[in-house]
Amino acid sequence: MEYTIFILALPVLSFLVLALAGMKMPHKVAGAIGTLSLAAVTVLSYITAIGYFGATRTAEGLLPVSTPWNFQWLPFTESLHIDMGIMLDPISVMMLVVISTVSLMVHIYSFGYMKGERGFQRYYAFLSLFTFSMLGLVVATNIFQMYVFWELVGVSSYLLIGFYYTKPEAIAASKKAFIVTRFADLGFLIGILIYGYYMQTFTFTPSEEQLMKAGMVLPWALGLMFVGGAGKSAMFPLHIWLPDAMEGPTPVSALIHAATMVVAGVYLVARMFPLFIGFAPETLHWVAYIGMFTAFYAATVACVQSDIKRVLAFSTISQIGFMMVALGVCTSLDPHEGGLGYMASMFHLFTHAMFKALLFLGAGCVIHAVHSNEMSFMGGLRKYMPVTHITFLIACLAIAGIPPFSGFFSKDEILTACFRFSPVAGWIMTIIAGMTAFYMFRLYYCIFWGKDNNSASREQSQARLNYAEAQPVLGEAKDNYAHHTPHESPVVMTLPLMILAAITIVAGWIMPFGHFVSSNGHAYDIHLDTTVATTSIIVAVVAILIATWMYAGKTQPVADMLQKKFSRLHYAAYKRFFMDELWLFVTKKIIFRCISTPLAWFDRHVIDQFMNFMAWGTNAAGETAQPIQSGKIQTYTMWFLGGIIILTAALIIL
Amino acid sequence: MNILSLFVIVPLIMLLGLWLSKGINQVRAVMVAGSTVLLGLSVWLTVAYIGLRNGGATEEMLFTASTPWYEPLNICYSVGVDGISVVMLLLSSIIVFTGTFASWRLQPMTKEYFLWFTLLSTGVFGFFISTDLFTMFMFYEVALIPMYLLIGVWGSGKKEYAAMKLTLMLMGGSAFLLIGILGIYYGAGAETMNILEIVNHKIPTEFQRLFFPLIFIGFGVLGALFPFHTWSPDGHASAPTAVSMLHAGVLMKLGGYGCFRIAMYLMPTGAAIWGDFFLVLTTISVVYGAFSAVVQTDLKYINAYSSVSHCGLVLFALLMMTKVSATGAILQMLSHGLMTALFFALIGMIYGRTHTRDIRQLRGLMKIMPFLAVGYVIAGLANLGLPGLSGFIAEMTVFVGSFQNPDNFHRVCTVIATMSIVITAVYILRVVGKILYGTCENPEHLKLTDATWDERFTVICLIAAVAGLGLAPFWVSDVISHSVEPIISAIIK
Repeated sequence: MEYTIFILALPVLSFLVLALAGMKMPHKVAGAIGTLSLAAVTVLSYITAIGYFGATRTAEGLLPVSTPWNFQWLPFTESLHIDMGIMLDPISVMMLVVISTVSLMVHIYSFGYMKGERGFQRYYAFLSLFTFSMLGLVVATNIFQMYVFWELVGVSSYLLIGFYYTKPEAIAASKKAFIVTRFADLGFLIGILIYGYYMQTFTFTPSEEQLMKAGMVLPWALGLMFVGGAGKSAMFPLHIWLPDAMEGPTPVSALIHAATMVVAGVYLVARMFPLFIGFAPETLHWVAYIGMFTAFYAATVACVQSDIKRVLAFSTISQIGFMMVALGVCTSLDPHEGGLGYMASMFHLFTHAMFKALLFLGAGCVIHAVHSNEMSFMGGLRKYMPVTHITFLIACLAIAGIPPFSGFFSKDEILTACFRFSPVAGWIMTIIAGMTAFYMFRLYYCIFWGKDNNSASREQSQARLNYAEAQPVLGEAKDNYAHHTPHESPVVMTLPLMILAAITIVAGWIMPFGHFVSSNGHAYDIHLDTTVATTSIIVAVVAILIATWMYAGKTQPVADMLQKKFSRLHYAAYKRFFMDELWLFVTKKIIFRCISTPLAWFDRHVIDQFMNFMAWGTNAAGETAQPIQSGKIQTYTMWFLGGIIILTAALIIL
Repeated sequence: MNILSLFVIVPLIMLLGLWLSKGINQVRAVMVAGSTVLLGLSVWLTVAYIGLRNGGATEEMLFTASTPWYEPLNICYSVGVDGISVVMLLLSSIIVFTGTFASWRLQPMTKEYFLWFTLLSTGVFGFFISTDLFTMFMFYEVALIPMYLLIGVWGSGKKEYAAMKLTLMLMGGSAFLLIGILGIYYGAGAETMNILEIVNHKIPTEFQRLFFPLIFIGFGVLGALFPFHTWSPDGHASAPTAVSMLHAGVLMKLGGYGCFRIAMYLMPTGAAIWGDFFLVLTTISVVYGAFSAVVQTDLKYINAYSSVSHCGLVLFALLMMTKVSATGAILQMLSHGLMTALFFALIGMIYGRTHTRDIRQLRGLMKIMPFLAVGYVIAGLANLGLPGLSGFIAEMTVFVGSFQNPDNFHRVCTVIATMSIVITAVYILRVVGKILYGTCENPEHLKLTDATWDERFTVICLIAAVAGLGLAPFWVSDVISHSVEPIISAIIK
């Protein structure tokens, strides 16, 4: 499978071409270069997947792990070196498919969404860079290669969040995203250092001997690596960057902050899964607890947000929490014995990537139509945007866990795994699943049903204009914002929606997922646990009905009443339980005011003044001694005689 | 004639040429020709060196030669290079070459400026090729003194104060060095100044205890060792662009090189005695420099403090005393040299247009001067350790190497030092966000133009070097680690 190198090479070439020569190209050419190279990557990924999953299994019934490419990039010692290469195993091949599919959809979609934007070529260049980095991350042959690409995706994410670089919020958000994840990466790096030192290797599969020697420190190493994963995957309390990251263009949010990069942490845990199970089961359970809390927290916050992208962002955080929980509740490598969560997590990662990308792209169409992210500007859009409406509904049903959509199957496996671990965990996750259904349908109704804001009162269109004027969007003509009836997006934008919707519908049925990906590599037959499935369907349907009752009408008396009654709780949830303020306090007050400013002052006023004082002292000593060299013979004679007398006296006395 | 001597002879010929040349075009011609020859020479030397090593040459130093020039003290002009000096020579020639283009339009007294600039380069090249303690010291001084004039005459801001401070502090360091060198000479009792011969004589422990800190601090001052780093912010802030480049890019590397090659190599017992003490100082440098950079408002101050942090990492890695960490230290010198030169070049170009380096007065440069702004972002990303650029490989080698030292105290220091990667991200992104992004509202700034061809050339060369090192680190790392090995095994023996 040597051709897999092109999966990495094509995006990098397209990045280089666009970065170096993009500015001189017309938009269409630049977009075409990016999209075509990505189409080729997608085709190659599919060929790889078909070839890989279709290959004959080994005698033990495993899919062989192959490493078509590997070379030593940076040697440290005999046994420690960073290698760069491509490793194909079930989860990396699955990720290739996910990433290339979503990325291709986003590339096509962006043709419409970013049309006429200044920096169109730059946008495609960054998309290529991101895709390259993400693909490199998943095919990593060793933990250090993963870290290298981990940093690269971080930077691509930084560049894309800050794409509208004249917008202060975007600048702040990109900075925040990078620094928060960097902070988490510090844990990852130290984890790698510990792992590397004690294992004397960076590969994912150390030998028995190495494991025996170093098994003791593995919980630490893996725990620290998980900190890195938690940063990228926005686990509480490192999640704060993700909602702000929505300042980036919406297709970017779909690709990076919903489908691919944010699941890197899940992928990392899955990658280290055998080691977690073998040597750090306690750490793995902590992953579950953190995931569970994050899922709950984010679901609560998502229920009250008013910006549609924020709702989706918190929903993403919550869903990643589900994936983490699924991994964390595993107790063995055997899917029949408590290793089901691994498969469930990967399955959910796959289905979630598709329907969440669909949701974001749908949200992009809505934003494109009404020029606002705020729900209060929307309502009744189903008449104007039928394709967006239907595909969005499909995605909502999928995420809510309604059969036969794909989300139902993956979520059901997660819940089954949780119930096997402990009924408490199972019930908690079921309730969170219900909350998911509730807030997703709240979002759905607020956008597509309810009061038709587009027959629009005068004030509202004025408000929209004001909002538009406040947006320093690069190059987009102001009159684009002038009030017009919302309309369906062009085909380049709706086509990806339809494709993703199709995948969302069928992914649960046609994917014999457990055959390909399971915790011990053996083929596993997915079967529904009817009790769990029935419970979760009932909970979801009830949640949807509540949402319908509260939000589907032209007015929303129940919701308004609840908001009034629990105004404090509502405010706290709306403010995300003040996590951002807390972080702001830590960075602004503690790091800036209490550490850096005093240190800088100390440097200038103590250390430097001490040096100046030395210079002044030398100078002063010189000044003091200067009169002695007066040039007067008399003075010299006096000193000379005095000296002689003292010396003689000293000699006589001694 | 020995090939290495060309590294001193070429600059001397350049000096002669500059002295004879009339008019700016002749000056430029001499500089471009000379620095190109130097660059070519160093590239050729690197290739030849790797060729010889692959051919099985096992001597510690290659291309050695020696001629006595002061018999009573056994002072010889001895030269020789190993992998470390080869890459340092390569670095120096790249910086001199790009520095020439960065000073293309410098006014006034261009000729005099380049005279001092070339003299400084002579010192730097001479230092890296020497293997004789006294000759090294002599070249070291030759490199330091022109700095005084270059900053004092062609600088900006409080240039006289800065020039004086820098020179006095570095001269203070040299005083320590001179004592230390004499101490080594008499302590070893070897009747030679040649490093390669002294290393075979054991210097008594008492001597080492006394003279190790003298030499380490002496070179440490130049390597921005806390608390002897305060010349760096003022000096860099006042120096003209190419001088900042040369100073941060190459001259500060003399410090780390000297600490390793002289202090630690010749006095391993002293290093063992004093190691922990200096390790604490360097750890402070790393974190302290980074934290101080976070609140600075002058672009050059930010970079100067960032240099304190990054050069602190060089000494830090050396004191970790493992082969990998020492390799990392040399890589970090190389990487820091290139990316700081890039940074100072860009800051100089921005300052040349806006006449301010205050980040509160700069905004939205991305739209006004996209080329320089993109260069700045790349330099920033290299500084904060983006894989694919040089900073990453250097830092990772340092950290992996430091972690190979199993002592718990060293571990704790390593963990503290790794924190710098986060703080670096904070101050770099702060500046990028403040000065490059946003919308420029200053009407004066809106009229400014993007880089000229010579500026573009400088920036592109440096970015190519930074990316080249970052993308293909294996060969450099091999060259360095091969030469680090004998030194480290002498130290930890």
